[in-house]
Amino acid sequence: MTTSFIQGVLTGSIQSSTSVLYAALGEVIVERAGVINLGVEGSMLMGAVSGFMVTQQTGNAAFGIVAAALVAGLFNLILAFLVVTRKANQLASGLALMFCGLGLSALIGRPYVGQMINGLDPLPIPGLSQIPVLGPILFDHDILIYMMVPLALLVWFVLFNTRWGLSLRAVGEDPTVAFAAGLRPKLIQYQAIFIGGLFAGLGGAHLSLAYAQIWNEGMTSGRGFIAVALVIFASWHPLKVVGGALLFGGALAFQLQLQARGADISPFLLDMIPYLLTLGVLLFMRNRKNAMPEGLKAVFEGTS
Amino acid sequence: MINTATLAQVSKQQMAALLRFLAILGLALLVFAIVLLVFGKNPIEAYIAIFASTIGSSYGWSEVLVKVIPLVLCATAVLLPARIGLVNVGGEGQLYMGALLASWGALALSDVLPGFMGLPTIIILGFVGGGLWAAIPAVLRAMGWLNETISTLLLNYVAILWVDYFVFGPLRDPSSANFPQSEPFPDAFRLPFLGSTRIHFGLIIATVAVAALYFVLNRTRWGYEMRAIGGNPNASRRHGMPISRYIIVTMFIAGGLAGLAGMGETMAIQGRLRPGFSPDYGYIGFLISWLALHNPLGVVVMSFLLAIIALGGDTLQITQSMPFSSVNVLMSIILFIVLAKFSFGDIFKRFTKKEATS
Repeated sequence: MTTSFIQGVLTGSIQSSTSVLYAALGEVIVERAGVINLGVEGSMLMGAVSGFMVTQQTGNAAFGIVAAALVAGLFNLILAFLVVTRKANQLASGLALMFCGLGLSALIGRPYVGQMINGLDPLPIPGLSQIPVLGPILFDHDILIYMMVPLALLVWFVLFNTRWGLSLRAVGEDPTVAFAAGLRPKLIQYQAIFIGGLFAGLGGAHLSLAYAQIWNEGMTSGRGFIAVALVIFASWHPLKVVGGALLFGGALAFQLQLQARGADISPFLLDMIPYLLTLGVLLFMRNRKNAMPEGLKAVFEGTS
Repeated sequence: MINTATLAQVSKQQMAALLRFLAILGLALLVFAIVLLVFGKNPIEAYIAIFASTIGSSYGWSEVLVKVIPLVLCATAVLLPARIGLVNVGGEGQLYMGALLASWGALALSDVLPGFMGLPTIIILGFVGGGLWAAIPAVLRAMGWLNETISTLLLNYVAILWVDYFVFGPLRDPSSANFPQSEPFPDAFRLPFLGSTRIHFGLIIATVAVAALYFVLNRTRWGYEMRAIGGNPNASRRHGMPISRYIIVTMFIAGGLAGLAGMGETMAIQGRLRPGFSPDYGYIGFLISWLALHNPLGVVVMSFLLAIIALGGDTLQITQSMPFSSVNVLMSIILFIVLAKFSFGDIFKRFTKKEATS
């Protein structure tokens, strides 16, 4: 257990948790508005592929990031139309969205498989990145990683300290009451789902532009579902999502480092920890005041 | 007189349902054709290729049936709990656990048990593996501790990881260095095939399962009580129905059915346990059951449709050099149309009016 091991785990956990964190932050907003998007996986893939394509075409990753967010946001409007306008079953709609994103991104990205890009490179912060141990862990990353915590704080601030955030949470608790109070639940849910897509797109962009720097079919490999689990784990709170994401990423980085050192623990058992922990937390917290938005309960009970 | 009248009414309803089904399919094919055109493919060629490789030949039909087996079983795993108001999103995990336990049985018990015990052993273990995995969320739900939608979803990942663990670890075949997979199962512990096709014993299992479900749900007291519980759990509880027992037993059977799907894929098609062998059968099963409005016969029809689409993915890959998962777009278009409750009402009104006046 040397410093390089710890450093490896921490740096790795930050890098591998970024995409999940973005997606989960978006999903917090969506679920706080009373909608669950099981199809985050598809939104992330649409972001990853469009970010990669635009970066490849323009040679500028900044355009790629913007494109990724916008495309995934627009893609999410399919879900918004289905569950908000047409009141369709949310779980089925989310799964349909996932399959759509899986197929569409594969179709669009076909010519880009195996291509190279000038992706997002680390921007070491002068001075700070020179600090021993801590420097490389915290201050030698790409822009999307630096933006993680500020964006999480922003989401927290907007949700809990602005009028729009209050309206959104009111809609998530009970759209009828919110409507009676003069709000426009449908509009707010559309906005929430669109913004959720923006975030999922950023997550996808981090995957294809920074983490892997390639495009591959289905390259999210379950991260979208992890994001959904993470939101539940974090009891729908944006700041807890950060901790949860680091834990998820930490388990992954921990096993990669262990493997690199030839340790005799199966990585698959370690990978189970986040899911079991989520179940454990949900069981443990069952008697406390439930954090789940009321509007989601109907979805989980199968009555909506 | 009354009988013929109701019969006519039923057939008219079924006719309308069939027409609606065809209209949805036609619209989806039209939209997907536009997608194909956008990507520079010839949709007519693509559809002919899909047709020829699936229902256009006897070999194609046999391959469709091969795909229908796991899809029907996974859909029934959703249908049954849905009848009492439970949402089982865990078919994928239950499928993996059924495959895992059956594989373990085939590898560990083949030295102990006589050959004729092979088939019953793997079927029972496949059922029990999936059933027990589904029993975990069922117990949590029955105790009022945790909602089954979340727990079944989370347990999917854990199940897939268990299979990875065993395939890379204790069950790994030491002689296949580069491919993580178990040793091949002994012949007596594999599901028999039908003739020279890849259709396997799972077809009989799936048929029996659907028939049994149809009978139980429509013709027995259990089916009646399940409908009551699904309709109004509180009233049912006051009437003394054992709701907890229904939750656990229903989920156990449902998980068992998904487990049988996984058992069939490994013990017949693959012949070894491999990591990540299911192309989302569990999730597609969820959508099938949902599309079929949790009706056993509807599940069969929808499974055929989605099996053809899934096979179409291979065809598009080979003949049109498109990625395999492009068919997911076609599948999702169908789902979007159904979910959006796209109305063909006007067409039907005209149709039924004509019939009424004539």
